Amino acid sequence: MTQTILIADDEPNIVISLEYLLQRDGYRVVVARDGQEALDAIAASPPDLVLLDVMLPRVSGYEVCQTIRENPALAGMRIVMLTAKGRDVEMSKGLALGANAYVTKPFSTQALLAQVRALLGGA
Amino acid sequence: MSARARFALWLALLTLFVYALFGLVVGVLWLDLDQPQRLQLRALLGERVALFVMLALLLPFALGGLMRWWFNAYPATAQRMAEELAVVHTVNPEHRLTIVGGQEMRLLGDAINVFADAHRRLAGQVQLRVDEANHRLVEEKNRLAALMSELAQSVLVCNAEGRVLLYNPRAAQLLAADVPTAGGAPVGLGRSIFGILERSQIMHALDRITRRLEQQADHPVAHFVTTRGDQLLRVQMAPVLDAQAEISGFVLMLEDITRSVASDSRRERLMHQLTEGSRAALANIRAAAETVLQYPDMEAEQRRRFSVVIRDEAEAMSARLDAAATAEAAALGGVWPLEDMLAADLVFALQRNLERHLGLAAACRDQAEPLWLSVDSHALVQALTYLMSRVAATFGIRSVVIETAAAGRFVRLTLSWNGPAPEAQALRQWQAASYAGNLDAGGPSLDTLLQRHGGEMWSQTDRVSGLSGLCLQLPSASPAPLVHAPGTLASRPVYYDFDLFSRTVQTPELDDRSLADLSYTVFDTETTGLEPSDGDEIISIGAVRIVNGRLLRQECFDRLVKPLRSVKRESQQIHGITTQMLAGQPGIEQVLPLFARFAEDTVLVAHNAAFDMRFLQLAEARTGVAFTQPVLDTLMLSALAHPGHPDAEHQLERIAMRLGVATIGRHTALGDAMVTGEVFLKLVPLLAERGIHTLKQAREASQKSQYAKLEY
Repeated sequence: MTQTILIADDEPNIVISLEYLLQRDGYRVVVARDGQEALDAIAASPPDLVLLDVMLPRVSGYEVCQTIRENPALAGMRIVMLTAKGRDVEMSKGLALGANAYVTKPFSTQALLAQVRALLGGA
Repeated sequence: MSARARFALWLALLTLFVYALFGLVVGVLWLDLDQPQRLQLRALLGERVALFVMLALLLPFALGGLMRWWFNAYPATAQRMAEELAVVHTVNPEHRLTIVGGQEMRLLGDAINVFADAHRRLAGQVQLRVDEANHRLVEEKNRLAALMSELAQSVLVCNAEGRVLLYNPRAAQLLAADVPTAGGAPVGLGRSIFGILERSQIMHALDRITRRLEQQADHPVAHFVTTRGDQLLRVQMAPVLDAQAEISGFVLMLEDITRSVASDSRRERLMHQLTEGSRAALANIRAAAETVLQYPDMEAEQRRRFSVVIRDEAEAMSARLDAAATAEAAALGGVWPLEDMLAADLVFALQRNLERHLGLAAACRDQAEPLWLSVDSHALVQALTYLMSRVAATFGIRSVVIETAAAGRFVRLTLSWNGPAPEAQALRQWQAASYAGNLDAGGPSLDTLLQRHGGEMWSQTDRVSGLSGLCLQLPSASPAPLVHAPGTLASRPVYYDFDLFSRTVQTPELDDRSLADLSYTVFDTETTGLEPSDGDEIISIGAVRIVNGRLLRQECFDRLVKPLRSVKRESQQIHGITTQMLAGQPGIEQVLPLFARFAEDTVLVAHNAAFDMRFLQLAEARTGVAFTQPVLDTLMLSALAHPGHPDAEHQLERIAMRLGVATIGRHTALGDAMVTGEVFLKLVPLLAERGIHTLKQAREASQKSQYAKLEY
């Protein structure tokens, strides 16, 4: 069965690459432009993994992450946080809120894909 | 018993004694004689009874004369000596005993005089030592005061209870008054530091220092940052320890970091913008590039979209980098030790250096208005000297003219000479070369200096005059605030009072404190007229402080006030202030709170205080400022000190003349306040002679005075 990945990011210039790469890797990709859209998309049909930007309009990535983790029905959902904030304190906040991985921009797309594969491979 | 009565008593006793003795002898003889002998003697003496009575009557006079001589020679002389000796050891050490009386008394007198001489010499030596020591102390204090006044740092010294006992002009400038917020009191001797800086922070710092002292730390100092109005101050506190290693006070070094913090945070923002701001863009570029590389089979349209992403993001990053670099250059100025200086001072330094090292005759053409630069003057002078050495060696010139001129927001410094200008290429080489004298290419060059200063340099030639020159253009700086040198004052201004170190707490029982110990605010007002109840108003307030028995001339308050009504002509003739002069001045609502702050914690003193206090009371409704502290009136105090003088003698001018106070600057509020202050200081000892020592006594005595009934 094809696994679904939700990309929640407000920057079209990164979404275009991630969407193309993930589709070529065989995943079904859904895109959300802000935090609220992401929550709506998750409620409509829960993806297997969320690539979550921290700095989202309306509802921030942290809040989205927290909302997902508060819902026991979504316990199996993987969350990879993507962010332009490189400080340790932000990384540890993301992990504390329940993200499975925390990736700081700029990143290697190969490494990101490998991480996504590893996270979804166990499912 | 008086000397005369004693003399009479002794004389009577002595006479009776002689009579008794004679009677006894006669009685014994009479009993011893037989009858015929007795008859014979009676016959012999009977005829001479009158003579015997005469002799008996004369006896007291003879004895009196004898006793007078003895009395004068001994007891009276002793008494007189005692009195004279009292003069010697109390009021006049030069006085010597008059040598009179019996021989033994003369010997004693001589001995006492010799002793008095010796005592005088000893006392003289002691006094000399004391004077020497005092002189040294005063010298040391003056040296310290001089040192303090030259310091570029702001320094305050406080005693253990937080009273200021030293401050330097920088501190006075940094902590200038007129900060309306809490903790905005002006700096002044004897004032509480807690009115000037946040109390809790000072106490916290003191606690930390106490802790460090207990731990016997090397440098028991504490730092904190506090705000005062819009200022951000960094404070360093160090303790002053007494002989028992207890904290008897503390030294505060203050630094205004408002500007540097602003530039620091600007730099931080830039840094953040460069690092964090680039992450997203880099991520986009990298992801797009990697995607394109990974899938070479991509359709052309898709590939074009990725390329557009890469180009757009790269362009945005370039723009951001440019903006950051520009901002960075502006912020970088603060990294180097640039100091604000007058262009004329830089030129002077350059002139001397050129003459000394190159033997170049340098003439200066000064600009009339002061131009300020923010420069590393030493490095600039070195670099320009090196450059001129090359110019001089190349063209063989012997003299140069240095000029400065303002050019927009720049200052242009021109070095010109008679001869050709250097080629652009040569100039470039010299600018890039190390000026430090070695051929080490890594040394600092004029180019790096120019970069640091945000300056530019070029050469130019005036074909008409044949003059060539080098132009150095540097950004001008806003002038550094000059510390106002109180040069108009006759004596060195008082910025310290170490006697305050040992002063105890300013107790709430002001009433019981000695007049000589209290702090005072002596003030005077000028008004639109003489009838406060008829709507006349204050137009000027002048005040000066007295702390520890000294008039602090540099801690004064001098404000004009814009009244609601115009100044009456007769008042104008006295003080010379016209309604026009008051246009644009603050109203009483602004000035009175400042004055209240100035007068905090002190007793108010004024001449004919009832008049001034009435104006202050009437202004209370408009300003909400009430003056509740005790008030003393020099008019009443003068009447108490010299009750015998008629009313006219208690006018300020007359009192001043009587007490030897110079009256300069009369009929300005500040001038009158100063005169009143000096008069007050002279009245204090006179009042003490009349048994008025404390504030309470002075107030009670004032209330009984005839002048207390005056009403305004």
